[in-house]
Amino acid sequence: MERCGVLMSGPGQQRSGEPGLVVSDLHCSRDGRDLFKGLSFLLRAGELLVVEGRNGSGKTSLLRILCGIRMQESGSINWGGSPIGELGPLYHQEMTYIGHHDGIKGDLTVAENIQLAKALGKPSGDDLQTILKRLQLSGYNEVLAKALSAGQKRRLALSRLLATVSWLWILDEPFTSLDGRGIEICEHLISSHLTHGGMVVMTSHHAMELPGVEITRLRLS
Amino acid sequence: MTDRSLARAFSLLLRRDLVINFRQRSECVNPVLFFVIVVTLFALGTGADRALLLSMAPGVIWVAALLASMLSLESIFRSDFEDGSLEQLLLSAHPVTVLVLAKVTAHWLVTGLPLLLVAPLLCILLGLSDEGLKTLMLTLLIGTPILSLVGAIGVALTVGLRRGGVIISLLVLPLYIPVLIFGTSAVQMSVAGFPVNGQLSMLAALLALALALAPLPTAAALRMSLS
Repeated sequence: MERCGVLMSGPGQQRSGEPGLVVSDLHCSRDGRDLFKGLSFLLRAGELLVVEGRNGSGKTSLLRILCGIRMQESGSINWGGSPIGELGPLYHQEMTYIGHHDGIKGDLTVAENIQLAKALGKPSGDDLQTILKRLQLSGYNEVLAKALSAGQKRRLALSRLLATVSWLWILDEPFTSLDGRGIEICEHLISSHLTHGGMVVMTSHHAMELPGVEITRLRLS
Repeated sequence: MTDRSLARAFSLLLRRDLVINFRQRSECVNPVLFFVIVVTLFALGTGADRALLLSMAPGVIWVAALLASMLSLESIFRSDFEDGSLEQLLLSAHPVTVLVLAKVTAHWLVTGLPLLLVAPLLCILLGLSDEGLKTLMLTLLIGTPILSLVGAIGVALTVGLRRGGVIISLLVLPLYIPVLIFGTSAVQMSVAGFPVNGQLSMLAALLALALALAPLPTAAALRMSLS
């Protein structure tokens, strides 16, 4: 519950009372081809947005724009009332992104990877053992990340969600290479984040079972 | 984010890079070996003319140091770019410039500092006097961090390209010229018995400038390379 207390005082929500993430009239193109145009939506506390669309429809581009890694052609993205470009690190400390690449270092151990993730974000109260246990990676502390299987690496990437406290999770195909149990763990993480007032934007080809969670779907064509 | 958590992120990132380099040793050994071999080749190539070798020594050592430092530049950001860690650095809760500085510091400790340690050996090889050696060590100490800092801008610009190697050298080598000029002239002057405060001060000024300014374009270039 301490986690929840930290979340509730996040500036993203309290700065102006506006909903968390407001995207308006977003336009993105690649190599002269429009991926999407006039895209608007808003995301409030406790909401889950699933971005759908066939391969190449711009799902990943949209998520990268929402993170602030990629620049949009036009349109605005506001977090708690301010454009994310102006907020910079203030926005990033309230957001966690898990992309196609796991973003873990193969030459570091599992424990070192998690320690680094904690230092780069706003560290959560959970200690290493708790995090590993929740991801069912207990006993792997001192194993080099490059010795893990693809599914275990993905779990280690997901550990960033537990190691840091953030409002907004942006997840690009989080279930890739996870086994049935891994998918269950990830779904559980997502639904507990939502019930604590967090927000999630994600893409997935996997049909999710999240009891009690209302899923908003955004279809890119 | 507090200053303390920023300092912690800086030191952890620095340690991370040192640990990774230590676990894959070739990264730090290659530039030093290259440095030693290039200087040795010059010594062998000029034959028995000791006076010629001595007059060329400062330039040879500094050019070899420039090339050795350039060879290792790509490793600053390349692997982080490929495994997605770079995205996570840019999305961290801390200013990217500070994180860039941590990575460049680690890179210098791994590739720049070893050059300094083998320099005395090369001075014996080239017949440089003790006075010359002292100045050479000083110029390398002040000069090689500048090479890492300025080089990081070039790597950040080209890290998104599949084969950035040649472009990096075209971008970065011209920017190394001031360091080369002041570095070699300091050593030459000290061998001839003149004071070298001017050259050392210029190098120190360049270092201060690079420390303060280089992380900004590097961070901006990283953002560009990732978008």
